[in-house]
Amino acid sequence: MYIAASLAILVTMGLALARALSGPTTYDRIAAVNMHGTKTVLLIAVFAFLSGRTDVLDIALVYALINFIGVVAALKLVEHGNFHTSDNYDGDVKEGEPK
Amino acid sequence: MRYISFVLLLVLFWIALSGHFEPLLLALGAVSVLLTAFLSHRMNIIDHESYPLHLSLKFPIYYSYLFGEIIKANIDVIKRILSWEKTPISPQMIEIPRSQLTDLGAVIYANSITLTPGTVTIKLSEDSLTVHALSKEVADDLATGTMSKEITKRVFKE
Amino acid sequence: MIIDILSSILLLVGAALGIVGGIGIHRFPDFYTRLHAIGITDTLSALMILLGLALQAGWSIAAFKLAMIFVFLFFTSPTASHALAYAAQHSGLKPKLDQK
Repeated sequence: MYIAASLAILVTMGLALARALSGPTTYDRIAAVNMHGTKTVLLIAVFAFLSGRTDVLDIALVYALINFIGVVAALKLVEHGNFHTSDNYDGDVKEGEPK
Repeated sequence: MRYISFVLLLVLFWIALSGHFEPLLLALGAVSVLLTAFLSHRMNIIDHESYPLHLSLKFPIYYSYLFGEIIKANIDVIKRILSWEKTPISPQMIEIPRSQLTDLGAVIYANSITLTPGTVTIKLSEDSLTVHALSKEVADDLATGTMSKEITKRVFKE
Repeated sequence: MIIDILSSILLLVGAALGIVGGIGIHRFPDFYTRLHAIGITDTLSALMILLGLALQAGWSIAAFKLAMIFVFLFFTSPTASHALAYAAQHSGLKPKLDQK
């Protein structure tokens, strides 16, 4: 049962990866990677019960957080080209000038 | 009051996640809790918006409603994905009134819309929400504002 | 025994819903509609799989951790979806709308 569920989750991850590879826009790719990360969290959770070591759940917990932060950071990098300028400015911000 | 409950919550969270009661681990937990409380105080994020303690008893009532909506919306989207027709979808971009008095209410509203599959909030502005809906039916359903009324009724009513 | 059967059903249905969402991101025509398909895997599929596992775990720390995983997914996934949609719209990606 756990094995069947893991296999189904792996198939879903494969589908998400296919979309991430073929996605026409960057945002398709990031969305697919986000979905892949969610499925990874679930796979780790199922694996914890498959192997009978429920301590592994901590890793799933941390992965859920890192996945979210990673997606938001990747989005910010795509949108602004760097990590340090803030949101919602209109027009040009001069180089080195804090917003 | 707010800080006491915050620290208490963090302590419970640590104990529930670790499940060990050795002195070393408890001491490490105390240090982490104090550090987290200090950093949160420094970032000035413990206020009535990001830590809505006064609403905590009302959220379960609202989330029980939201879960029902999520399951209904899921079944609808699944039907559309698995349908044999060529294009079972009719994407819409609609603007609906914000219809919430507080910022917190508007965020709960936008979050709930995004959480139900079939509708995604794209923009939240001063007086309206821009929503992308998967089909005309979902968009019409959303435009009636039932969810906003439920939020007002279940979360903010005394 | 009943709990075992119930948790198996929940696990398998949840995993199958994940595959449905995976099919969805290939069937839907543009980025904004694909976000809805991703919504399925983020909400109902995750809920069912974690609930199935929690039934196996019983009242223990493992069940609490599963609940925490669900809460994190439940709060972060709409935020990520909104951030993606907003960024895509901000960058000028036009949704394919129904012409009627």
